[in-house]
Amino acid sequence: MRRWLADRWVMGVALLVLGYLSLPILVVAGLSFNRPSSRLSYDFNEFTLDNWRHPCATSAMCDAVVRSMEIGLIATVVSTILGTLMAFALVRHGFRGRSGINGLIFLPMATPELVMGTSLLALFVAAGVPQGFWTIVIAHVMFCVSFVVVTVKARLAGMDRRLEEAAMDLYASEWQTFRRITLPLVLPGIVAAALLAFSLSFDDFIITNFNAGTTVTFPMYVWGAAQRGIPPQVNVIGTAMFVIALLLVGAGSLRGRRARRANLAAPVAGGGQAKPAS
Amino acid sequence: MTALAHVPTGSGQSAPPPASRRGRYRLLPYLLLLPGTAWLFLFFALPLLQLAAASLYDPSGSLSTGYAMTWAFSNYWDAFQAYWPHFVRSFVYSAIALVLALLMGYPLAYGIAQKAGRWKNLLLVCVVAPMFTSFLVRTLAWKTILSDNGWLVGLLRDVHLLGPDGRLLATPVAVVLGLTYNFLPFLVLPLYASLERLDYRLLEAASDLYASPLRAFRRVTLPLSMPGMIAGTLLFFIPATGDYINAELLGTPNEYMIGNVIDSAFLVRLDYPQGAALSFLLMAAILAIVFVYLRKAGTEEVL
Repeated sequence: MRRWLADRWVMGVALLVLGYLSLPILVVAGLSFNRPSSRLSYDFNEFTLDNWRHPCATSAMCDAVVRSMEIGLIATVVSTILGTLMAFALVRHGFRGRSGINGLIFLPMATPELVMGTSLLALFVAAGVPQGFWTIVIAHVMFCVSFVVVTVKARLAGMDRRLEEAAMDLYASEWQTFRRITLPLVLPGIVAAALLAFSLSFDDFIITNFNAGTTVTFPMYVWGAAQRGIPPQVNVIGTAMFVIALLLVGAGSLRGRRARRANLAAPVAGGGQAKPAS
Repeated sequence: MTALAHVPTGSGQSAPPPASRRGRYRLLPYLLLLPGTAWLFLFFALPLLQLAAASLYDPSGSLSTGYAMTWAFSNYWDAFQAYWPHFVRSFVYSAIALVLALLMGYPLAYGIAQKAGRWKNLLLVCVVAPMFTSFLVRTLAWKTILSDNGWLVGLLRDVHLLGPDGRLLATPVAVVLGLTYNFLPFLVLPLYASLERLDYRLLEAASDLYASPLRAFRRVTLPLSMPGMIAGTLLFFIPATGDYINAELLGTPNEYMIGNVIDSAFLVRLDYPQGAALSFLLMAAILAIVFVYLRKAGTEEVL
């Protein structure tokens, strides 16, 4: 009886905390259907579908969303390539200065964003580089690289090397082995790293704020609008982002489950350690 | 690229590759590392050096007239004297938020790791889900939740936890609540990872040996979850201390943290030497606390 109570007690608290974590999203979703009583009001006033029907009523906001996506895509591609190469070197090769490199990768994750933002600003100003779109991209690649390295490294380290050895034993060339065995096995890690990089870049405010010049990204737009009154369409974008991310996660886990089931169905052909998706 | 797939120390591999190929492989890791390392060096390490230099510039200079390097170490003392209350506030707010987050995050991580059964993955997604949408938009949502006309303030006034004119928004309570909320997932995830590996049979053994649940928790569960707890508290504390968004959006200038001061030093007052000195003071304070904490917690290897 006491055990029963103890079990329920922990889960009860856990669910309450989850409620606390979910509350703001529910509010954002609710407010996306709101017609605010005034520009500076944050209270729910009247139900409307207008915000969803005309998400770009405030064109400055949609411009900012597009700019964030452009920056996010470029930063994602560059940081994923740089980080994946580094992860391969760190997991697959011995070389001198490993601990220094590890430190250089770890430090950006442990440094307060504020300090990274101000220091880049100091550098750009000292070097006379005008701030704008490309300085934001540079900053985003910088803080995304470390997360890409960590994510891809985890996937590489957990990989069964015997599969590659088997391929080589079966006279696959190095390129074929890489193309047909290594890449498909690491790909889920690279995709996860890219998604992480994109979401970090898209949502970054602090570092961007110091290095944007007059360029306005979506978080910068929200920040500026918070002083003069937020258009309700901001909540539409917030809700849409949430739904898209949720769908991506759902699709990913569905694929993973299907792949696992396929593995179980054909234990000889596809079984063992080879899981195409995690 | 072709050589990415090469396995240098395969188990039971036959003859070593010919010497010419080995020469290529000796350079390969450096080639793979070069672009990323160069990027981090140029845009992470070098800026820190530049910031250090800027913190020692002559404070009487300005952006338009240029700064002279005068090794003005007094910048640090001046900045500290002017803004020490903001430093204290930053650390007090994030410490209170950390305690709240531990009180909430531990049962949550424990519940998901040990009690959730087949709901485990779904609940984990719920923990991460808030991060799917914009940080700023979520923080603004707290403005609605805590607003003077909102149901929460109404409820608290009805049960007399708040006076008839009491409010939540624009108070330290709102800022601490916002900090707790925004960084809670960073605490929960590492905690979950170490609690998930906890062997339930150890707790059964403790109770077989007549340990009370509380004692079993203190002597078994808590020590075994220490690595996750250390990583989680650091992942929470570092960004929370440097944060200024919650203080700006949910508080008033009376709740401003050191981040707000640094932000305005660089972007409003354009006082670079002071902003740089404050940035370094913040980083030094955080590093000192992290160092002492790791010593106390008795672990050298984190993350």
